[in-house]
Amino acid sequence: MNFKRLLSTSLIAFLLLFLAACGNTDSNKTKEAEKATAATEEQVEVTDLILATTTSTQDSGLLDELIPMFEENFPYKVKTVAVGTGQALEMGVNGEADVLLTHAPASEQELVDNGDVQNYKRVMYNDFIIVGPKADPAGVKGLAINEAFQKLFDSSAVFASRGDDSGTHKKELEIWKSINVTPTENASYLETGQGMGNTLQVAAEKQGYVLTDRATYLAQKANYPDMDIAIEGDDALLNIYHVMEVDPAKNEQINNDGAKAFVEFIVDEDTQNFIEEFGKEEYGESLFYKYTE
Amino acid sequence: MDLLLNGLRRAMEMLASGDPEIYEITWRTLRISLTAILISTLIGIPLGILFGLTKFPGRKLLLVFINIGMGLPPVVAGLWITIFLWRAGPLGHLSLLYTPIAIVMAQVLVSLPILIGLTSSAFQEIDEKMLMQIRALGATKLQMLKILLLETKVAILAAVIAGFGRVIAEVGAAMMVGGNIRGDTRILTTSIVMEVSKGNFDVAFALSFIIMTLAFIVTFCLTFLQQRSRKI
Repeated sequence: MNFKRLLSTSLIAFLLLFLAACGNTDSNKTKEAEKATAATEEQVEVTDLILATTTSTQDSGLLDELIPMFEENFPYKVKTVAVGTGQALEMGVNGEADVLLTHAPASEQELVDNGDVQNYKRVMYNDFIIVGPKADPAGVKGLAINEAFQKLFDSSAVFASRGDDSGTHKKELEIWKSINVTPTENASYLETGQGMGNTLQVAAEKQGYVLTDRATYLAQKANYPDMDIAIEGDDALLNIYHVMEVDPAKNEQINNDGAKAFVEFIVDEDTQNFIEEFGKEEYGESLFYKYTE
Repeated sequence: MDLLLNGLRRAMEMLASGDPEIYEITWRTLRISLTAILISTLIGIPLGILFGLTKFPGRKLLLVFINIGMGLPPVVAGLWITIFLWRAGPLGHLSLLYTPIAIVMAQVLVSLPILIGLTSSAFQEIDEKMLMQIRALGATKLQMLKILLLETKVAILAAVIAGFGRVIAEVGAAMMVGGNIRGDTRILTTSIVMEVSKGNFDVAFALSFIIMTLAFIVTFCLTFLQQRSRKI
């Protein structure tokens, strides 16, 4: 009897706790709503907006600046999920995110063609670079990108790949494909399966080469005194970011108004100027350049 | 070595400067972990007592599954919860994915088996003769439960401590179901992962000191509760 009573008591307690937890978030939401109302002087309810994006926009610190700017001006609370571009696009296809900010134009085009996303807009660019040990054991410094990749493939120098289906990984595979080699045939080719920052760390630790976006490298350069840019400036290394709304027909929970507002916000002239100024002071050059259509 | 000292100094600075984000993340971590362990305790102990004292068909098999659950990889728990909670999933309409509640759910899932398993072990250890003796002395069921709980207090609190350790250390599931969203689901462990990937090792170190301190304080309290002299 007592066990039953204990069981039911604990179940009730669990329910109460659960309700309390729910109530708590509700009150948080109301608080935020109040804040937003105070800001816009309108009765607008704050809704959640899920932004699926790549790790580079988070790891470079850009989103930490942009999101508060957006939230200040629009009645949305942005939930940023920073994953590889492959996963971010997959979240879009499954309708798990409302708006996407990614950098793999070829894969993105497929989503556009399939109608998974809409209002597809170019946002900004920077470039990919090849970073390697200062001593340059493979002797690729300054070579053209295809030549350099062939040389890296032929040498025993370590090459650290993201291996995570991210935009950067897709770009890397594209280059290997263009010179018709299978990089995994080289024993010193590593796949980390992790984000850009971690992969840079692995490359630095193993004194290897790595393809990275410039923003992440510049933001972390100070940690890798033995590494330097080996190749840059090749046309094939352009890194273009696009923003897009997930097709609202996918499910009822998609916040399409929020997605629309976010797309508008990020291609807005003021935001664009801000993006280009971002990091200039700290790193001596822009991490991202404005690039709207 | 410098990194360690810098990290420690940075931790002090961050706490002393009253950086609101650090306090917020620490407070959120504590709140989520304590909620999870409280729920696990409230469900786990009664179930543990039930499985420990009673005999029913299939009980051994059930205990096997509970014991496997003690080693359930958090990322597996995270994956299952994600599949249930995402928009296309069976609980999608609740919009719980990427909320603190989702993290609590994952943490309950990984800590509940520990609470049930260790509590039931403790109750299986109770001597049959003692049970008979208590009954013979005419104790009501409630009185008996009280005596048994006091008798197994050390073991039960050990279960709570082990469960709390698992909950506060958890990162894989919290990353997956929480999404490490700033101001919402970012907790100490997921912040550490993020700061490492950003290359901010000093900040990561500072956060590691904070989480260790947090774990120390809570475990300290629980251990003292456990070791307080028993009165029957």
